[in-house]
Amino acid sequence: MREKHYFKNSIRNWNMVLGLLLLFSIILTLTLGSVKVPVSLTIKILLNQLPFVNLNPVWSTSQEDIILALRLPRIFVAVIVGAMLATAGTAFQGILRNPLADPYILGISSGAAVGAASAILLVSQGSIFWSGIALPLFSFLGAILSLGMVFVIAWNRKRETVSLILAGVVVQSFLGAILSFAITVSGHKLKSIVFWLMGSLAAAGWKDVLFLLPYLLICYLIIYAYYRNFNILVLGEQAAQHLGMNVEKTKIIALVAASLLTAAAVSVVGIIGFVGLIVPHIIRILAGPDHKILLPASCLAGAIFLLWSDTLARTLIPAMEIPIGVITALAGAPFFGYLLKKRV
Amino acid sequence: MLNVFETRSIAYKYKETLVLHGISMGIPQGLITGILGPNGSGKTTILKILSGIYKPSQGTVWLNSRPLAEYSRQELARQIAFLEQNNTASLPFTVREVVEMGRYPWLKPFAPLTAQDAEIIDDALDCFGLTRKQEQIVETMSGGERQLVSLARAMAQEPKILILDEPTTYLDIGHQSLVMEYLRKWHKKSGTTIIMVIHDLNLSSQYCDHLIVLEQGTFVMAGSKEEVLCEELIAKTYKASFAMIKHPVSGVPQFLPCFSDR
Repeated sequence: MREKHYFKNSIRNWNMVLGLLLLFSIILTLTLGSVKVPVSLTIKILLNQLPFVNLNPVWSTSQEDIILALRLPRIFVAVIVGAMLATAGTAFQGILRNPLADPYILGISSGAAVGAASAILLVSQGSIFWSGIALPLFSFLGAILSLGMVFVIAWNRKRETVSLILAGVVVQSFLGAILSFAITVSGHKLKSIVFWLMGSLAAAGWKDVLFLLPYLLICYLIIYAYYRNFNILVLGEQAAQHLGMNVEKTKIIALVAASLLTAAAVSVVGIIGFVGLIVPHIIRILAGPDHKILLPASCLAGAIFLLWSDTLARTLIPAMEIPIGVITALAGAPFFGYLLKKRV
Repeated sequence: MLNVFETRSIAYKYKETLVLHGISMGIPQGLITGILGPNGSGKTTILKILSGIYKPSQGTVWLNSRPLAEYSRQELARQIAFLEQNNTASLPFTVREVVEMGRYPWLKPFAPLTAQDAEIIDDALDCFGLTRKQEQIVETMSGGERQLVSLARAMAQEPKILILDEPTTYLDIGHQSLVMEYLRKWHKKSGTTIIMVIHDLNLSSQYCDHLIVLEQGTFVMAGSKEEVLCEELIAKTYKASFAMIKHPVSGVPQFLPCFSDR
């Protein structure tokens, strides 16, 4: 008889450990790049930005620019996007009760990318309407539409784990083709195919941080509010109903919130796969299945994972960017294969 | 006698097929009621209608003299606990975590479990002999133990009515009587009304106070086990011949199948 073997001390412990690890990662990755800035200097530059702190500047303005204007916003975007994708993955896995669900594998990311691309093509760029409303809205509609397509295709097949994944493959290839076609005929209006299909944080700036942050905070809180329902859904939908849960409402709200997280992330950085698959799985192995712990821990771990993936993407080959999706897929695809062999 | 449930001419249609035809019956409060009948007689369907999961195509169900349809999901969950057949899904949670889930209908969103909740969970674990196993992971336990975990979860729900769909199917004879003994203990302690679909006539004769017989979606009869468990009715309902004997210890009727080549 197996006893509980998780390192499940308390939520506070998990959040503290991962939070510290994230902070440590942020400082360390800030120093990495074509121009090396020592850790001590990096910390001083950061501290100097705090109110009422006035340090004697022993650094050059170019060093300050590299840290504050180039690396820091990009790192924040990586952290936020990683948190978004991992939270979305945890929510999809919980609601669909499918350990292989992930916004990328289900084709939701592709739907969001098609939506974002059509917003850019259809609505004139540059206006506030475009950046503030149309882009995330179209991206979200694309995500919801692709989720609907996956459901329609996978329906009536006893909701087996594999049929949902196969439906995701169908939707993903179809929407990927539409996206590639749109990019090909659009001239220079859209960013490159590689940007959309493999993702990139190279252009990330402070305005992206400000754009993404509210989506992460609001959607995360909505999903976290349902942590008890996620746990009870493991008993099965009928049992959850018998316990008085409004199963349909829970599903719709959580699926919409998870799609919105995916859509907002994709509209800024393109499609980055497997984050939502790998991260919740590893956390589940370490911390157990309780969503009260799983959700915040996955959120933090997703941030750490994508931060290091992006750091590899920009530093592995000097003066060259590797698409970040390449890094996450190199880690994620074998992991996906392993899960498929183990679970199905 | 007071009835917790009253049904009037309820019918239920599943994919164009009428599964239940106008069933009118009452379920007495504070007793253990067994629903008997051959396969396909609509036993599970009627349980799902009583628990509010299926809506009858015709007719009305009253729970404590109020139409069932007027209850909200949470109100129902505070009244009724329902355990499906084979609900012993493989769960990665610990025994205690699963029993805690039974408190769901009583919790406010976000609010943590109170000391009172913890006490109710302790009692439920204790009642089903799970106190020392509470940190074990449910999916590593045997089918019989998982059934006890499900029952403890139902108990933590503090229902007035417990509805069970074949609680002893797939269990060995030792776990069958263990489950039934624990259920009787709970029943005596709390006075909870228990309604169960049960295939085993001999177990139903030993543990149920009141029996209802269904056949092909129609109501056949209801009454005490002395009234219902007669050779003639059972042979007719199950279309087989039986020898009836008295249980040597308790004296309740027991049935043994007879084979035609003897």
